[in-house]
Order: sequence, then structure tokens, then C-alpha cells
Amino acid sequence: MEQEARVAVERSTPLSISPINLRGKPRFGENVIEIIVFICGAISIFTTTAIVIVLFQEAWMFFGSPEVDLVEFFGTTTWQPETGRFGIWPLMTSTLITSIIALMVAVPLGLGAAIYLSEYASPQARGYLKPILEVLAGVPTVVYGYFALTFVTPVILQGLLGKENVEIYNMLSAGLTMGIMILPLVASMSEDALSAVPRALREGAYGLGATRLETSLRIVVPAALSGILAAVIVAMSRAVGETMIVALAAGAGPRFTFNPLQAAETMTGHIARISGGDISYASIQYTSIFAIALVLFFMTLLLNLLSGWVASRFREVYE
Amino acid sequence: MATAEFSSVNTLQSNGKYAVELKNIHIYYGAFRAVNNVSLQIERQRITAFIGPSGCGKSTVLRAINRMNDLIPGSRLEGQILFHGKNIYDPDVDPVEVRRRIGMVFQKPNPFPKSIYENIMFGPRINGWRGTKQQADELVERALRGAAIWDEVKDKLHQPGTALSGGQQQRLCIARALAVQPEVILMDEPCSSLDPISTLKIEELMFELRQNYTIVIVTHNMQQAARVSDYTAFFLMNESRAGELIEYGPTTQIFQNPQDERTENYISGRFG
Repeated sequence: MEQEARVAVERSTPLSISPINLRGKPRFGENVIEIIVFICGAISIFTTTAIVIVLFQEAWMFFGSPEVDLVEFFGTTTWQPETGRFGIWPLMTSTLITSIIALMVAVPLGLGAAIYLSEYASPQARGYLKPILEVLAGVPTVVYGYFALTFVTPVILQGLLGKENVEIYNMLSAGLTMGIMILPLVASMSEDALSAVPRALREGAYGLGATRLETSLRIVVPAALSGILAAVIVAMSRAVGETMIVALAAGAGPRFTFNPLQAAETMTGHIARISGGDISYASIQYTSIFAIALVLFFMTLLLNLLSGWVASRFREVYE
Repeated sequence: MATAEFSSVNTLQSNGKYAVELKNIHIYYGAFRAVNNVSLQIERQRITAFIGPSGCGKSTVLRAINRMNDLIPGSRLEGQILFHGKNIYDPDVDPVEVRRRIGMVFQKPNPFPKSIYENIMFGPRINGWRGTKQQADELVERALRGAAIWDEVKDKLHQPGTALSGGQQQRLCIARALAVQPEVILMDEPCSSLDPISTLKIEELMFELRQNYTIVIVTHNMQQAARVSDYTAFFLMNESRAGELIEYGPTTQIFQNPQDERTENYISGRFG
């Protein structure tokens, strides 16, 4: 303030006789803030690194033990730690099946919701609907898990397909419910991508006699495609990593099956069950869950890298 | 319809002297009256320029002619805009159909993030175009030639339209508008983001388009209005900030012998 006033005074006098002081003054507040925000950043990076190190260490103990063979791990389809059989495929397939079912629910519904919110809804309607969508995103996943187990399976699935055809724990119910869970994520991220498309492009389409639907589907969605694909991949990695719903509803035992109406434990569900059980820390069964976690870690890492790549690869430059 | 030759547009334009007639239009944004009581007739196959200072409602009036203002929530029009004797604001009129016949070129070039070819074909395709690949190629070439950009882009039809220079993008947008064979082309300050050479090219193009199309252009540039237009409408904001039409007539008259003192002041650069 004081400085501004002085500048104003100096401006009113001829420049040649007013020496301007450009020397820097120490700003202590600035330095403190810089240190604080650096520490905040460093903590998150440190924690992530530490988790990865522990993950590798424990997984190393598993893969290093004589009972385990890498070829068996990635090449066989029976996971029975009690009998020393460690083939990861039953856990992987059930993770993939539940995730794909979830995406089949979340992507069309989420994209539709996003198109409605961004292209059709009046500002008032959007004002109501977006917060509701965000509430849906805030429901604890254990609630979704019980919803799957006590409503989706007995009422909907067994009601439609018959009690004898649908096991009480099954991948379909877990997948469908997980789809509802990640729907707000897909909708919200896609809506951001759609809203970022410049108004000028929409007007260009309307000016040629395009309807709202033609404008949305042929101009706005393609222009926002990179953002939408990134949303899908983030949703996929959410689904792969989701634990509570599958632990409650998908099944409590590894099983190599492609039938979504049967029970099969996913990677995350298995980790949750074993780590909650009463096994010894020194046992191979304990270290095996770190091996699963490591595989899971690489799956989500891959998906995240993929989403970054997709976002840059399919970016349609609109300006 | 879309496979017909461009020259057939003339047959559509044979009835009456005026392409569009505005009758006592008032335009509101919510409770705010943005345009007050504007009436004017736009002659066929002529270039009509709307000039006036910022906020005088000239763009709003232009965008009313193809119902582009419908896209702004809360906007409303009173009065009539006649096109082929039909009020385009009648409840039974589909604004989509209006916009197909009254095309628009915008202030900032807005090619779609697609190839040049697909930019041109977008309009015909959404309007139910059915034809062979060869007919599509011909249509694209005709539209691009019509917008005087064919020679510059004929070897890169499948490259993105967004990679062109600003002036080329604007001519691509004009070509895109031509591809649906409108009768009227509305241009909302089409040269305001372009350099002088690109501007000159667009102005030359407008002279050629005038043979087949009715053009209405909004411009901030009075020299441009004087150079290109046959008729000029001068707008000004009144005390309650609503745009009004002050004077309308042949461009030579408006620029050389304005009837209203306010027009004269504006033309001679005393304000605005």
C-alpha cells in the first residue's frame, strides 16, 4: 500500500529526478510458506516410495522362497496357498471380470449423464444434479457392498434369472454395483471434458442446421474424446483396486471361472480376507498377498500410464 | 436437394425483392431489453452491413436472423422476422431448418477438430445427404472453390482444418457454410481476428458470393463496410442501453450523405 502510494507520487513528478529503488526486500513469510508446501509435497512422495519399497521387499521374499516358481505363478490356474499352489490367474480373471462388468455399466450411463448435464440440462437442473452425483460418489463402498449382497443378488439377479442359477456370492452382482459406484466418477470427469469444448464449436454446428443430438455426438463428444477416454481408464483402475464391494459380494474363495453368476474371489478381496485372518507373518501365505499386491500395483500403474498416453494421443486440438 | 448444383440456389431466390424482413423486433435477455424496435429489409443478392459501436445490438440482431439467440438461456424476441413470407419465430418453425437455410460465419474461425474434408461434409451429412464417394468429392471441391480456398488446400484435404492459418480457417468455415447451400449467409465480424491480407481475401470472396447469396455482415471496421456493402444499417445504444436502428440505406448514402446527425458523427469518427 505504502509503496503504491509512493509510486503514484513519483509518477506525478518528472521521471528524471525520481530515483526508483528496485532492490529486493526480504520476505520472510514467503520463505516459510515455501518450506511448508515443500514438506507437504515431500511427505506424499516419501509415503508412496516407502509403500512401493515395502511392497517389493515382501514380494521378493515370496518370489525368492523355494516353494514358489514364477512360471507357476503366472502360468497356472489354481491358487491354494494351503497346498502351496500359487497360480494367480483365478484372482486375476475375477478382478478383470468384475471390473469389465463395472465399466459396462458405468461408461454408457456415465457418458449419457455427462452429455445430459453438459449439453441438455438447464443451468438450474445442473445446479441440482451435479451435487447429487457427487453425493453418490461419497457413499462408503461398504454400503455398496451390502447393497450388492442384500439387494442386487437376491432381489434383482435371483429374481430375474432364478435362484438356482445365481450363487449368493457372484461376480455379476459385485460388478454391477461397482459400476454404480464408479458412475459418478465417469460422469463427472466426462462432463468436465465436454464442458471444456469451446462454445464456438457448438455454434458452428448449430449454424449448419445441426440438432442438439448431432452437435453433441458428432462434434462435442469427439472433441472431448481424450478426456472421456482418460475418465474410462481412471474408472477402470478404480474398479480394479476396489476392495469392499468385491470382498462382500463377489465371493470368498479363489475360483477359476468365466461365469459371472458364480462366486470368485478377486485380488483385492483375497488380500483383504487373508490380511484380516490369523495367519503368521512369517508364512508364505502372508508374503503371497504382497505378491498379489505387486501385480495389482503394476496393473493400476499401467492403466494410469495408459490414461496419460491416451489423453495426449487422442487430443483433438480445437484452437 | 444437397446434390443439386449451387447455381440452382437462384431459383429458390426468385420470389420477392427481400430475402429477410425484420418487423418491429425487440430482443430481451431475461428482463433486459437488448434491442429495441428494429425494422429493416434485407435485399437479395446484396451485401448488407451492420455497423455501430460496441454494445449497440448489431450482433444480437444478426444472430436473431437464424435463431442463434435461442441457444442463450433467457433470450426472447418480440416482433417478426419474415423469411419467404413466413415468420421464423412462429411456434411451428423448427430453428434447425431455419439455420440450414440461413448459414453463419463467426467472429473467430471455428473449424471442427476434423479433417478439411470432414469439415465440409459435416453440414451435408447431418442434413441427410446421400451420395457416392465421387459426389462427395465433387461437393467438397465445389464448396472449397466457392470459398476461394481450393488451390491452397487441395493437396491436404485429409489434414486437420485446425492446422490452417487463421485466414484459411475462416475461408474453410465459409466453405463449410456453402456446402449446405444456404440462401443467406450471416457473417459476425468475420475479419476481426484476421490480418489485412486475409481480410482482403475474404472481402474479395464476399463480392463473388454476392452473385448467388444474400450476405449480412456485422463489422466494426467502417472502411470495410464502405468497401464491401451495398446497404448499411447504423445501430446505436439508447439511454436504457438497448440497441436501436438509427439509419438504414444504401451504403453510399450512409457514408456520404447521412440523414441523422448521430450517423454523421459516428462515420466521421467523432465517437465510437
